[in-house]
Amino acid sequence: MADSTDMTRVTTGLVPEPLDPALEAQLAEIIDSHRAMPGALIPVLHEAQELYGYLPMPVLERISAGLKVPMTEVYGVVTFYSRFSLQPKGKYRIQVCMGTACYVKGAEALLDRLREVLHIDPGQMTTDRLFSLDQCRCIGACGLAPALIVNTEVHAKMETTQMDSLIAELRAKEGR
Amino acid sequence: MKRLQNLADLQAAAAVTEAAASVQVPHGRLRVLVGMATCGIAAGASPVLDVFRSEVQARGLGNVQVLSTGCIGACRLEPMVEIRAADGSRVTYVKLDAAKAARIVQEHLVEGRVVDEYTIGKEDHRPQSDHIQQARSLEATSFFGRQFRIALRNCGLIDPESIGEYIARDGYAALGKALLKMTPVQVIDVIKQSGLRGRGGGGFPTGRKWEFAAAQSGPLKYVICNADEGDPGAFMDRSVLEGDPHSVLEAMAIAGYAIGAAQGFIYVRAEYPLAVQRLGLAIRQAREAGLLGDNILGSGYGFDVQLRLGAGAFVCGEEIALITSIEGQRGEPKPKPPFPAIKGLWQKPTVINNVETLANIPVILLKGAAWFTAIGTPKSPGTKVFAVGGKIGITGLVEIPMGTTLREIIYDICGGIPGGKRFKAAQTGGPSGGCIPAQHLDTPIDYESLTALGSMMGSGGLIVMDEDNCMVDIAKFFLDFTVDESCGKCPPCRIGTVRMHEILQRITAGEGREGDLEQLEELAGNIKLASLCGLGQTAPNPVLSTLRYFRDEYEAHIRDKRCPAASCRALVRYEIDPERCCSCGLCVQSCPVAAIHGSKGKPYLITRDYCIACGACAAKCPFTAIHKH
Ligand SMILES: Cc1cc2nc3c(=O)[nH]c(=O)nc-3n(C[C@H](O)[C@H](O)[C@H](O)COP(=O)(O)O)c2cc1C
Ligand code: FES
Repeated sequence: MADSTDMTRVTTGLVPEPLDPALEAQLAEIIDSHRAMPGALIPVLHEAQELYGYLPMPVLERISAGLKVPMTEVYGVVTFYSRFSLQPKGKYRIQVCMGTACYVKGAEALLDRLREVLHIDPGQMTTDRLFSLDQCRCIGACGLAPALIVNTEVHAKMETTQMDSLIAELRAKEGR
Repeated sequence: MKRLQNLADLQAAAAVTEAAASVQVPHGRLRVLVGMATCGIAAGASPVLDVFRSEVQARGLGNVQVLSTGCIGACRLEPMVEIRAADGSRVTYVKLDAAKAARIVQEHLVEGRVVDEYTIGKEDHRPQSDHIQQARSLEATSFFGRQFRIALRNCGLIDPESIGEYIARDGYAALGKALLKMTPVQVIDVIKQSGLRGRGGGGFPTGRKWEFAAAQSGPLKYVICNADEGDPGAFMDRSVLEGDPHSVLEAMAIAGYAIGAAQGFIYVRAEYPLAVQRLGLAIRQAREAGLLGDNILGSGYGFDVQLRLGAGAFVCGEEIALITSIEGQRGEPKPKPPFPAIKGLWQKPTVINNVETLANIPVILLKGAAWFTAIGTPKSPGTKVFAVGGKIGITGLVEIPMGTTLREIIYDICGGIPGGKRFKAAQTGGPSGGCIPAQHLDTPIDYESLTALGSMMGSGGLIVMDEDNCMVDIAKFFLDFTVDESCGKCPPCRIGTVRMHEILQRITAGEGREGDLEQLEELAGNIKLASLCGLGQTAPNPVLSTLRYFRDEYEAHIRDKRCPAASCRALVRYEIDPERCCSCGLCVQSCPVAAIHGSKGKPYLITRDYCIACGACAAKCPFTAIHKH
C-alpha cells in the first residue's frame, strides 16, 4: 500500500545519493530526543522525512541503530504507511486529492492532464527533479473540490484548463 | 494566561475575557472575523486577513478588532468574513479578495455603510439558492438557521488560537464542574443517561464504553481521541480541531477523570497540518493555564495530552489498528475481543473516542442529560454533523438534529442540485457505506435507519450525486479505495476486494459478462463474513447498495454495453450532430488523437475507432453540436 514495497524499484534509475552531511547532526538529535519515548519510531520517521524530503536507506539504518529497532521492522513500518517515501520527491510535490468529493467533481481529469503536461505517472518525478506527481487521500477541503496540493499549499476548485498554467507558472519561477 | 488555581479563578477568567468574546461586542466597537480554516485559506483568505489587519492599523481604527476564526461551514462561499457590532447585528461577506476587503474597510468600517453587493444574499445568484438571497448575514439564511449546533458551537465564532475566548464561552466550565462537584461515577451516569453514541461510525454508547474502562482496576489507563478522519469526503473533525481545539482537550480530561486515566493521546492525520498546529498550541495554552497537567483547578486530579501523527493509512482509523500505530508498528488490526476498554494501548484499559463525540461531552455535562435527549430521536439523541459535498448548491458542514430527513438537508438547507440536474443518490458512510436513492429521501436519519437502507452513518460524509454520475463507477471508486487501503493481514479482505474490483473494472470497460453480478454478490457475502476488521466487513457495502438500487445500471453496462450516465469512458460515444455543425473546425484542433476529419462546408465526422472519448471537442464546440451517448 505504500508507494514502494519492492527493493529493486527503490534504487533503479537513481544514483544513490550521498547524504547531506549538514543534516547528520540534526538527524542524530531527532533520534536522541526520542530515545526514551515509547512508540518513537513513527514520530522519528516523520521528522526525518521532513528533514530530508524522503527516507533514504542510510537514514533508515541510522534510525534503526539509534532506536534499537530491527531494520526489518523499520522497513515494514515505512512501507506500510503511504506518507513515507523511499524515493526523493520533486522540488514541487504535486498531490491530487482523490477523495470522494474531489473524485465526483472530476479529480481524475486533473490527474490525467497533469500526467500529459509533466510526462510522468503518479508516483514519479520529472528528470529535472522539479516536479513529482502523486495521488493523495482527502485533504479536508472537500467543500472546494476538486483540490490539489503543491508542497503545502492547497489549490481549490481547480479545472483541467488551469493545469497547464499552474505548471508553466512554477517553471517560470525556476527560470525554465 | 496565568495559571488558574481553582473554580473561582476560572470564573474570573471567563468574566474578564467575556467582553472580548464573540457573543458580546462592546459598545461602539466592531469585531471582524475572518474564516481561516484549511478551506478558507485554500480559497484565498490569507490576503483578505492581511488587508483587514494592515488597513485597520494604518487607519488607526481603534474600535475594530480583527480576528481569525475557524470554519463556519459554508465552504463554497469562502473566503468569508463576518462583521459584528455591539447591537448584535451581523453582516456576512462572501467570496472576498484583497480588493473587496479594502472597499469593505473604507465603506463599512470607516463610513458605516454595509457593502451590500458583497453580502451573502447578493453574491449568491444561483437560482437554486433563492432561499439565501436577501439575507445579509449567514445567520439569517436557511442554510444556517435550520441547523442546531452542539459539536460545532464555537466553529467560526471564536478565535481558536485564544484559550480566553474558549473560556468565555463556558469553556472548561464542564471540566471544573466534573472535577470539583461530581464523582467519576456521576460523570459516567450523565453521559450514559444522555444516550450519546459514538460519532466515529459505530454508534456505540459512549457512557457504556467509559463504564467498562472505569471498571478495570490498575493505575495505568489511557484516553485516545481518534482524529484520523479517514472517510474521504468528511471533514467535520478537521473543522472542530481547527476551529475549537480546546473542546476536545476539555472532553478528554473529563473522560480521563471518569475512567481514572492520567494520560491522553490525540491521533491526528498528518494530512491536516493546520489542525496539528492549532492542537499543539491549544495543549501548550491549557498546560500554562493549569487546565492540563498536575492538580487541575486545585482538584488534585492530573491529566496530560500528547499528539501523535498518522502517516496515511485508512485502516489506522480502526481503533485497534490505531492503537498499534501509536505503539510504533504497522497499523494492523487484531481480532476483538479483547476490546480496547479492557486491553488497549500497551495492554492497558483505553477509551477511544471520535473528535465529534468528544466535542459533545462538555455541553452535555453543563446542560444535563435531559436537555440532550430532548434533541434528536429516542434511539439516537443529539445532533450529527454532515459534510455535504458533490453536486450540491452549498457544500459545507451541516449540523442537524438526528431524525432530520435527507431531503431537508439536501434541498432545504443546502439548496438542492445545481444546474437543473436531477438528484440520483446520496452516498453516506464513505467506503463502508452505501448509496441512498431518491425514493428514500424522506427517511429520518439515524444510525438504524441508514443501516436498514444498506448504508450507514459512518463519520458523516454525505456526497450528493446527480444524473451524470455512474453508480457502477462510484462503486468501483470505493473498491479502488479499499483495495489500496486493505492492510493485507487477512485474505478475505486482501484478495476478495481485488477480485471484486477486477469484475467492476471489466463491467465499466464494457467487458462485463452474464453472471458477473451474481459473482459480485457471492464475493461480497464472503468478505463481509470472514474479514478480520471493520474495513473488510464493510468494504462490499458500496457495491451491494448500488446493486440493490441501481441494478438496471449494472445490467445496461453488461448487456447493452451502455453507460446510462454517459460517464464510463470506454462506453461513451461522441457524435457530431450534422444539423448543428457549422464546420468551423475548432473540434479538429482540440482533438488530441486526430480522430475528427472533414472539410469546410460539410459537417465534420468522428472516427469511432480513434476516439478516446476525452470530451475535449464537445467542450470546445461553440454550437453544442457534439453530443455524448
Ligand atoms: C476501517 C475503519 C476506519 C475507521 N476510521 C475512523 C475514523 O477515521 N475516525 C473515527 O473516529 N473512527 C473511525 N473508525 C471507528 C473506530 O474504530 C472507533 O469505533 C471509533 O473511533 C470509536 O469512537 P466513537 O465511539 O466516539 O465513535 C473506523 C473504523 C473502521 C473499521
Ligand atoms: S475529497 Fe478532496 S478534499 Fe476531501
